[in-house]
Amino acid sequence: MFTQFQEWYDKRHEYAKDWKQRTGGKVMGCFCSYVPEEMLVAGNILPVRILGSHEPQNVTEPYIFGMYCPFCRDVLAQGLKGRYDYLDGITLSQSCIHLRQSYVAWREHVGVPFDYYLYMPNKVQARAATPYLKSELVKYKAHIEEINGRELTDADLDAGIAAVNRNRELMHKVYEFRKGDTPKLTGLEAMYMTVSSTWIDKEEHSAEIEKVLEQLPDRQVTRDTGARLMLVGSEDDDVSFIDMIESVGATVVVDDHCTGTRYFWNSVVPDDDRLMAIADRYVKRPPCPTKDWEERWRFPHILELCKNFDVQGAVIIQQKFCDPHECDIMPLREAFVKSDIPSLFLEFDVTVPIGQFKVRVEAFLEMIGSEDLF
Amino acid sequence: MTNYKSEPLKCWQKAKELRDKYYKDYQTAHERGGIRWTGGAWSFDAIPYGLGDDVYPLTGEPYAASIAFMKDFSLECLEATEAKGWARDLCAYMRNYWGSMYLNKWAFGGEFPKADFAWQDHICCSHGKWDQHVAEYENIPYFCIDVSVGPHKDLDDPKLLYVVDQMHEGIEFLEKATGREYDDEKLIAAVNDECRQTSTWAEICVLNKHKPAPLDEKSMYSLYVFSTLSKAKKEYADFYEEVRDEMKDRIARGVAALPTERCRLISDTQPPWAFLSVFRYLEKFGAVSVGSLYTFSLVGIWEDKPDGTWGPRTTPEQAGIKIETRDQALRILADWNLSKPEWQHFYDPTLKTKMMKRIYDEWDLDGIMLHLNRGCEGLSCGIMENHWGLTDMGVPVMSFEGNMGDSREFDEARTMDRIDSFMERLDLKKIS
Repeated sequence: MFTQFQEWYDKRHEYAKDWKQRTGGKVMGCFCSYVPEEMLVAGNILPVRILGSHEPQNVTEPYIFGMYCPFCRDVLAQGLKGRYDYLDGITLSQSCIHLRQSYVAWREHVGVPFDYYLYMPNKVQARAATPYLKSELVKYKAHIEEINGRELTDADLDAGIAAVNRNRELMHKVYEFRKGDTPKLTGLEAMYMTVSSTWIDKEEHSAEIEKVLEQLPDRQVTRDTGARLMLVGSEDDDVSFIDMIESVGATVVVDDHCTGTRYFWNSVVPDDDRLMAIADRYVKRPPCPTKDWEERWRFPHILELCKNFDVQGAVIIQQKFCDPHECDIMPLREAFVKSDIPSLFLEFDVTVPIGQFKVRVEAFLEMIGSEDLF
Repeated sequence: MTNYKSEPLKCWQKAKELRDKYYKDYQTAHERGGIRWTGGAWSFDAIPYGLGDDVYPLTGEPYAASIAFMKDFSLECLEATEAKGWARDLCAYMRNYWGSMYLNKWAFGGEFPKADFAWQDHICCSHGKWDQHVAEYENIPYFCIDVSVGPHKDLDDPKLLYVVDQMHEGIEFLEKATGREYDDEKLIAAVNDECRQTSTWAEICVLNKHKPAPLDEKSMYSLYVFSTLSKAKKEYADFYEEVRDEMKDRIARGVAALPTERCRLISDTQPPWAFLSVFRYLEKFGAVSVGSLYTFSLVGIWEDKPDGTWGPRTTPEQAGIKIETRDQALRILADWNLSKPEWQHFYDPTLKTKMMKRIYDEWDLDGIMLHLNRGCEGLSCGIMENHWGLTDMGVPVMSFEGNMGDSREFDEARTMDRIDSFMERLDLKKIS
């Protein structure tokens, strides 16, 4: 049922090249999930989130000092190895300092016809955040118009907003099937779906989800659900890790990742001022920790997800050296403790030590299970 | 070989007294009914001065640098932070500060003085989070301003307004947090003092173009610190004018920081504070670090001068601008700070490379030492690109790994070895 998503996950570059050929559209590489995809879709540009390949690499050391996160280096490695040679442009939507360096090094050493640094505000809690972001989106719109050589009309923007919103709403519907006593899909399947949506044409991706939604209600699940877990933390598209978790007596029923729910959880509320509506969506989305201050908006949202998806335990993962998440992990663990949700913390690198992590996950699951014994 | 005349700085004792007074004033503020706030060296500290003359800041970075200099206490602080579960690779300043707070130990003796509120600005991934935790731990109100609007060359009205609107919002916060009425006249005076202070610091740094340099970077650290403690404090603006006059006098009398100066360098990012011996080691070769982009412009504000050189930015008062309203004061303050050179490369390291090359040329340097500083993700951002860029332009560059605030991450012997190699490359031998 989810094989198409898996194929898209595995053959992302082949897909993008084929899409380009058959549509004549341009492809934009996106650093970070804060890039306003609606505007790219509106301009018939395929937004493709640039992710790593989870392979050891030795090409980024000259450009990014080793104290920065493995994700930002893995991302840059893809560019340096020429795997995204079909891109017409790259966009960085401002978030963490780590990824900023991947963008700059890509611009300087890989080269691409168009590059754009979008000054997404970091204080999303400021009252001026949405109008300010709108002013930046006005400039980004002009950039897209320059790439395309034509105006981006209100009708285009409406179509872009509608296509991306539809995709988000459909993924929400799929997530609903993870709530029941017996989730109709695994965390791995959900990951294939959400991660692939960051680079697949929205209409095609949505059409595939609709096919899945037709079949899901009648899907017979034979595997044991086991412990219901949440995955939470830094960027995570590591399918081997989630597959391992679900092979030892657990099901991941929800997540808080920028490649998961943070990416699609809220929609654009249509308004006559299209760019203001888009800005508002990105300001109000479940925040990355780097934007989650002074108040904490992130934790109540995570705890609400735990409640709604009946989570029994949380696996917190963090890309090594990821400062924003490192600053959230201790208070997040405290928040879990206060809500009686056990948590396990694991540090990720480009590759993860599956064997060692398996032992720790098994111990964690035993701990969760032991509560039932007494 | 020329041996220049040298003598100790006359301002040295006063600098020590002023710095001691800063921390003592903060510690004892409540005894006098005053207000204490904690935040960062980059905070818009002119704004809280609108609450009155008895407002005392504690800026986290220089406080943590002081801790880092005290190696044993620093280790105690770092371990206290690690014992709470925080990662060892987080900002070393933040970990030293948090450790001091957890231990309830003030670096200068006594208990850690709790602030009345936190007033921060967000420049890197850590700053907004640093005082979020402090505010939660100490249960105090917190306000933080985001300045991530891009380099000053691209500043437009919406970007400026985003920062200014947060400042207005911040003043509402200050009134609510303290119950005091805000005084715009005090704000205006503080903004003028900040511009005067930070422009004068740039003027002092310009004087170091002179050969021999009247000031070495190691001494500079004890002087630039005042603008990291409080950019808007009148007393420090006055002091910088004294320092500037002393530098002019030293130049006029041919007084050098290093009598054997024959090689001029700059460093980059914060130094490893527990190992300032690095700078003394350079002196054995007749090499003097005359500053850095960091010491020049973490606090100094600069502009292009009509003759094409880099010099102190013209202050509003020098330009004949009379600040009359709160909004005008905040706009000037925002624009002034957003032009800070050390802010520009957070967005693009090529801007930093150009500034460093400019310093290399105008200060007539022989080489640049890059500190690959594991303690600060902000100032190390793009540092490998700087290495490439400078090398491509023919600048001799050496790099060494370290950490400004965690002595466990600095290999002193290895660094000295690297300096030996760099000196050899520059064709320098030890003088004695």
